[in-house]
Amino acid sequence: MRPINHAEASSHFIEAKEHLEFHDRRLWDLRLKRDRQAHGIPEWEELRNLASIIKEHTLSHLADYLEQFETQAKRNGAYVHWARDASEHNEIVYGVLSARSAKTLVKSKSMLTEECDMRPYLETRGIKIIETDLGERIQQLDGEPPSPIVVPAVHKLRGDVSEVFARTIEAQPGNNDPHYLAEVMRRNTRPYFLSAEAGMTGANFAIAETGSFVVCTNEGNADLSANVPKLHIACIGIEKIIPKLEHLAVFIRMLSRSALGSPITQYTSHFRAPRTGTELHIVLVDNGRSQRLGMKDFWYSLKCIRCGACMNTCPVYRRSGGLSYGATYSGPIGIIIDPAFDIRKYSNLPYASTLNGSCSNQLPLVKKEAIRIIGKVMSEPQLYRAAISATGLAIEHLPRFAIYNWLNPWGKQREVPEVPKQSFRSWYLENRTRQ
Amino acid sequence: MTGRDTILAAVRANQPKPTPAIPTIPLFERASARSLIEDFGEALVSMGGKFVPNLNGKPLDALLKSLFPDAAAVCSATPEIAGTRIIDSSTEPAALADVDVGIVRAAFGVAETGSVWLSEEELTTNALAYLAQHLLVLLDPKQIVGNLHHAYGDPRFKTARYAVLVTGPSATADIEGVLVHGAQGVRSLTVAIVPLPEVSR
Repeated sequence: MRPINHAEASSHFIEAKEHLEFHDRRLWDLRLKRDRQAHGIPEWEELRNLASIIKEHTLSHLADYLEQFETQAKRNGAYVHWARDASEHNEIVYGVLSARSAKTLVKSKSMLTEECDMRPYLETRGIKIIETDLGERIQQLDGEPPSPIVVPAVHKLRGDVSEVFARTIEAQPGNNDPHYLAEVMRRNTRPYFLSAEAGMTGANFAIAETGSFVVCTNEGNADLSANVPKLHIACIGIEKIIPKLEHLAVFIRMLSRSALGSPITQYTSHFRAPRTGTELHIVLVDNGRSQRLGMKDFWYSLKCIRCGACMNTCPVYRRSGGLSYGATYSGPIGIIIDPAFDIRKYSNLPYASTLNGSCSNQLPLVKKEAIRIIGKVMSEPQLYRAAISATGLAIEHLPRFAIYNWLNPWGKQREVPEVPKQSFRSWYLENRTRQ
Repeated sequence: MTGRDTILAAVRANQPKPTPAIPTIPLFERASARSLIEDFGEALVSMGGKFVPNLNGKPLDALLKSLFPDAAAVCSATPEIAGTRIIDSSTEPAALADVDVGIVRAAFGVAETGSVWLSEEELTTNALAYLAQHLLVLLDPKQIVGNLHHAYGDPRFKTARYAVLVTGPSATADIEGVLVHGAQGVRSLTVAIVPLPEVSR
């Protein structure tokens, strides 16, 4: 597979000027709202520290906490499944659905099911899937994956949404009023909530102490998905575990303040046990996480609570759009996580950074780690050296058109500097070894 | 080896050391000079909710009429006010699809965020809080805690099958950041401060 070319994909995004300006402005506005909220509570910095320690503590005792969560959840009457990878996850979900003859699934937003590419897997097996988050549904109807984590259709303007809805769910062509468009979506989705045999949610946090999990939404779509059908399936990455309810308070106080600049999401929902007469299935998913846990510089990324604050502030992200990353997780956090899934496919992503460090300052949990990790990838000695010597050779021997191409987005607005006769490293080695 | 055992073994082998001790979380008492009710109301309104700080001697029926003069189907999950629709433990969620106004008494509120705490105990059928077009929530002024640290100390989080902190109505800003209420859940949420009747204290 050819590596995702972030620079090329961004250039399409940048060509649409109106879209670019809106995207940049909207995400920066979220950043400013976040700052106001953060400054609104005096203990913000202390909360950041606590959150970081809680996550480090949990990840270093993760196996025990997973077992505790499982024991409690089973005691509560939930079924607990374990999936080693994406395909096992999809098989488990399909197994649960087909054993109960469920044909329609209403689902709320889940980055994990995107990561597992679950939708096409289930659709080819005859399951109808309705995304119920507005942004997510817009993307589903338009046949596109979601753009960022928190606001999936932020790269679309109202006219784009109107066009998609007119084409797919009988909206009045040319009516671009966001209130009207949201109402069309509400009316289109309501019958599915009432008739679907199954509902699916993800989870923002899972609590070992109680065996419960927490979903944060603003639309109430997760609560409808979980509280109307007789079957609720929750897909949870193993890094979502935290020890106790008292720790949850720290994260809930930070999540929406960091993501959207509001003190809390409209709905913070805690699922502990199935409603009387219904079933609750929890699928715990590894899919590379246990391996990442053992990677010296990358395990920190498992502390991520997916608030998206790093994206709102990132100058590259705001001006290139989430889809240009070609991966489930975009923006600064994507740069760190995606190569861990597929090092070749996402090998170009670490360069979608200016190392300005703004993402790190926005992080709810940790301060300097994200930018350190991005820097690490860029400075990986063997990779860097291989790239340098190859580039040097290329610049000396290749014609101009071969240098200023998609492999070298820097060349767009810059001249490539002359290659020194000798690299610093080889000079250093030569001279030091002589001494 | 089962998937479960493979995952747990891999996690156990890879989990990082050193291992910081589990921190205890302070309650971060709020520093506000205002009353809990005032803070609660301000946070609720900032989240798009409506706030009725006191009934001024008006009966609940009158409040309901003034807020929703055209409501045909009213479903009340609290005995303090009668609706036009009955809700009990046998009510199927989908049966609530045509409810105009749902009414429920919250277990408690959170001043920091303007949230009310509801579970299957208060809602009877959880979907009432989502399928109704509008939700009216009664809150006892003595049942407001300062912040989320206090809220999560409530033992009912450990016994409720389902518990939700509701803060304002259903909302979305997914189209160009324009705020729209009533995305999928209730179009409006009103919290009225109404002391618990003496008998049920």
